[in-house]
Amino acid sequence: MCSCNGKPSDLSLLDGVLAEYASVDGSLITILQKAQEIYGYLPTDVLYRIAEATGQTPAKVLGVATFYTQFRFRPVGKYLILLCQGTACHVNGSERIADAVYETIGIRDGETTEDGLFTLTHVACLGCCSLSPVMMINGSTYGSLTPAKVKEILTSLARSDKEEA
Amino acid sequence: MIRIAVGEGSCGIAAGAGKVYDKLASLLPEDMRPGVTGCIGMCFLEPIVDVYEDGKLRRYVKVDEAGAEKIASAVTTGDFEAARSLEILPEDEEFLSKQTRIALRNCGVIDPTDIQSYIDAGGYSAITKILKEGVTPEEVIETVKVSGLAGRGGAGFPTWFKWNAARASKGEKKYLICNADEGDPGAFMDRAVLESDPHDLLEGMLIGAYAIGADEAVIYVRAEYPLAIVRLTEAIKQAEERNLAGDRILGSDFSCRFRIKAGAGAFVCGEETALIESLEGKRGMPRLKPPFPAAAGYWQKPSNINNVETYANVAWIINNGGEAFAAMGTETSRGTKVFALTGKIKKGGLVEIPMGKTLRDVIFGIGGGIKSGRDFKAVQMGGPSGGCIPADLLDTVIDYKKLSATGAIMGSGGMVVMDSSTCMVGMAKFFLDFTAKESCGKCVHCRIGTKRMQEILTRIVEGKGREGDVELLEELCSAIKDGALCGLGQTAPNPVLTTIKYFRDEYDAHIREKRCPAHECAALLKYSIDADACRGCTACARNCPAGAITGTVKQPHVIDPEKCIRCGMCKTVCRFGAVKVD
Ligand SMILES: Cc1cc2nc3c(=O)[nH]c(=O)nc-3n(C[C@H](O)[C@H](O)[C@H](O)COP(=O)(O)O)c2cc1C
Ligand code: FES
Repeated sequence: MCSCNGKPSDLSLLDGVLAEYASVDGSLITILQKAQEIYGYLPTDVLYRIAEATGQTPAKVLGVATFYTQFRFRPVGKYLILLCQGTACHVNGSERIADAVYETIGIRDGETTEDGLFTLTHVACLGCCSLSPVMMINGSTYGSLTPAKVKEILTSLARSDKEEA
Repeated sequence: MIRIAVGEGSCGIAAGAGKVYDKLASLLPEDMRPGVTGCIGMCFLEPIVDVYEDGKLRRYVKVDEAGAEKIASAVTTGDFEAARSLEILPEDEEFLSKQTRIALRNCGVIDPTDIQSYIDAGGYSAITKILKEGVTPEEVIETVKVSGLAGRGGAGFPTWFKWNAARASKGEKKYLICNADEGDPGAFMDRAVLESDPHDLLEGMLIGAYAIGADEAVIYVRAEYPLAIVRLTEAIKQAEERNLAGDRILGSDFSCRFRIKAGAGAFVCGEETALIESLEGKRGMPRLKPPFPAAAGYWQKPSNINNVETYANVAWIINNGGEAFAAMGTETSRGTKVFALTGKIKKGGLVEIPMGKTLRDVIFGIGGGIKSGRDFKAVQMGGPSGGCIPADLLDTVIDYKKLSATGAIMGSGGMVVMDSSTCMVGMAKFFLDFTAKESCGKCVHCRIGTKRMQEILTRIVEGKGREGDVELLEELCSAIKDGALCGLGQTAPNPVLTTIKYFRDEYDAHIREKRCPAHECAALLKYSIDADACRGCTACARNCPAGAITGTVKQPHVIDPEKCIRCGMCKTVCRFGAVKVD
């Protein structure tokens, strides 16, 4: 649960969120979600700041954050891949898709590529089961995947990123 | 008058509806701008474009950008022949015509982003009638009682009973909650309603809030449904603008403010008391019942919690009367139920039918049977809490009691169809992986019991199963059923018990013969090359990542079983079908 790069986070970014929600009962999860939108993940110093502002112990805040799979404690890549491992996707070969991701960019569930471009997270169901197997990258859904299609999607994202740079 | 609507549910968009929309918008004149509609439920035909001309509907399916051009030119020239090849086939139309739609009645028909579209379809007339004609809360509850509506979230508990209990509970402050957590992987009925007809949900919730005496309504939506959250937020805003939500609705004394809470990814939060804990900003761990939410729920106040589909039926019931709803279905299950048909099915999508039809009616009659031409093996219902129903029980009637008798459950509506290539032991392991991961850890039986079951199933699919493992699993199942606090643990054994009950031979083949009859468990596959079929093209040897294949050009090749990693690459690249798997 480190801030990884060692640098302290800019806590002033949280002020607006805390002003709106810190004193509203039951808002801890909402605050954590907003914080993650701001920082991309939940750095330790941010968790401490939230604890202080909401008057809860850091242990309680971390306890809630670690309970839910949405929250991350390490920075994520530019492209967050949500790979569905739900029932319909499983029946239609999602394991082969996970292997194809690994063969293309070398990461497994929970990992980030060294260049910081991709993070892979397995999820239970994206609700597009009839297009299974399915993955979602930064909010766009890709359906009826095959290993070849996955390779093509990921390499073209990596390529367009290089061209941008 | 021509009206054009592009189906933009999550699945339509995933299939490319966005691009089709843009193309149409760029080609059509201003007065024919395309509109959007939600998910019609024919996911196997997405993207879908509907063209209404003076009430007559032409439905175009599997439309890509080239197709959009054809449609645009047909619409502008009036010569529809050119786009004929894109029109839906009569046998696919049957997918809809064989259904009876209540909860989904507006899905894929109206524009979910526009409240007027819902109102034009008769929307908000039920709550208007109640408020303007002075229908009492008791009368509302009585109508729901007559309808026989039962909870569509899985347990099938009578809705009127919960409403009545919450109404009877003492207290000034009460809450009405909607469970839109839809956690069963493989199910998306609720998503369709949220995205395609959000106002129907709001109206159902308003009626529920009025019935129990709540002035605050909360919708708990799972984080994986971003579009649903967008559409709901917009719908609430529009309803407030028309005084159909908020304070003193339609000038009456009834007020109801809506709020959305996004879930954060935890299956157990679909359980009602865990959901309430999560709403309060805590770890989503179930509470001991009683007290039930109707007595002490959200912030310990009387609360009523129902599933999305449950609420989606309410406005229809008020408008058409409880008797009309009760007239459909069976003695113990009234009305219609929505199912999400997926897996190895030919026509996957959303199916709403009256209770009392058979599984065969749904899977073969509407879904068209198995996609691959293989044999139907089983249908999984109820997700991680449910079970697998085998082929010889396909004539089972869809009814809460009859389905439970098979060992599966009605569940929330997920129907995942499997063919002979699906390993049933692998399926049981899949669900135990899921429940072991999602167990919140509160009770020992669930936390550790599911873990032990997962370990046993893992060793079986890896070919390390031992004699007696099945009996051990059964013992664990009964201990977990008895010892778990909430439904997650109590029902976690169901996928294992049903597969043992109906597919014991597959367990035995794995354990005794180290063989996977479905050829799915990688560790148990044996790859070999049929020397007669092999032409010695060397494709397999060149592509084998493990260097396990040897042979000379034009001579039969061989696979070294010691080196083989069973990835299946050789089988994929062989053009002569010479690679055999056992
Ligand atoms: C582990 C578990 C997960 C559940 N998930 C859901 C869910 O995702 N959606 C839902 O509506 N009900 C779910 N339920 C059922 C709810 O606890 C509750 O019965 C339901 O929301 C009540 O609404 P209904 O009476 O309208 O069905 C779940 C139950 C358990 C035990
Ligand atoms: S199971 Fe993968 S989208 Fe539902």
